[in-house]
Amino acid sequence: MTESSRAARARITIRQQLPLLAALVVLWMLLWGSITPLTIVTGVVIALAVTRAFYLPAVELSGRFDPFWFAVFVGRVLVEMAVASFQVALLAIGPRSRHRSALVKVDLTTRSDFILTGTALAVSLVPGSVVVEVDRASTVLYVHTLSVRTEAEVEKARAHVLGLERDLLRAWGSRAEWEAVRS
Amino acid sequence: MLDAEPWNSILDAVAAALLVVAALLTLAAAIGLVRFPDPLSRLHAATKPQILGLILVVIAIALGARSATVLLLLVPVVVFQLLTAPISAHMVGRAGYRNGDFDPDSLLVDELAPDVDAARGTELPGGSWTDERAVADPGDDDAGPSKGPGAGS
Repeated sequence: MTESSRAARARITIRQQLPLLAALVVLWMLLWGSITPLTIVTGVVIALAVTRAFYLPAVELSGRFDPFWFAVFVGRVLVEMAVASFQVALLAIGPRSRHRSALVKVDLTTRSDFILTGTALAVSLVPGSVVVEVDRASTVLYVHTLSVRTEAEVEKARAHVLGLERDLLRAWGSRAEWEAVRS
Repeated sequence: MLDAEPWNSILDAVAAALLVVAALLTLAAAIGLVRFPDPLSRLHAATKPQILGLILVVIAIALGARSATVLLLLVPVVVFQLLTAPISAHMVGRAGYRNGDFDPDSLLVDELAPDVDAARGTELPGGSWTDERAVADPGDDDAGPSKGPGAGS
């Protein structure tokens, strides 16, 4: 009984791990800089060995992935990163002023670890905001935002994080969670 | 083949310009590191413009080398930078906040402090949580209350 349920669980994890394994093989080929049968075979072997040796909890993907909206999400993060990088750079070399910043609590709508991680990564990549603390159980991000002067800007920072989450949910969230934030 | 010559010099010029912008961004990051008032702000300067700087350097190398093999090697450089920089920033920021290593007056609002106080009052998670998450990262949650006195100063 336990043996069979364990086997069932193992089968599911292999299937769930397929995207991860594929990514590891691709990475291996990138590191070698060549796509030959040898790199593919050794890549598969090493990917399996690595995922066995360094076991991590399986990532729960939502089962839905929209490449177009994901490209939109990545494009938005890159553009914001470029713009905000120069803003932070100007702030750094500009006249010395009393910078006020804020620690903003953002209660995300998602319950998914995957979306939580993706949103936190995106928030941290955009200069001017860094995730200081994460409450995983209730999916709350505490975001430190640079150069905040008014309460309205605090709300803007909060809305910005929620907007990133919304874009990620549109691309990669489960159908139920995307419908919830769609409105 | 004659057409290739102007293209090459244009690409080289673009690559050179990108390198200059990247260097300026990195310089701004270094200046920000010195000039920003507290560790949490310095974190922004230390991690962010430098990521864009690195991406620009990588694009410049790709434009300069114009070879598929080099491009394949450059992609993981950017991907790992994008994946790891936010994590290191988070770890430093988290430690900085918990040690009280920041200027509370510089914060317009601090919505984390009440929640830290509330969490300190409750018992350690593990007994109260039936969720697997409590088991998955016990060290994470233990760190809060045990380091609490330092943050409270």
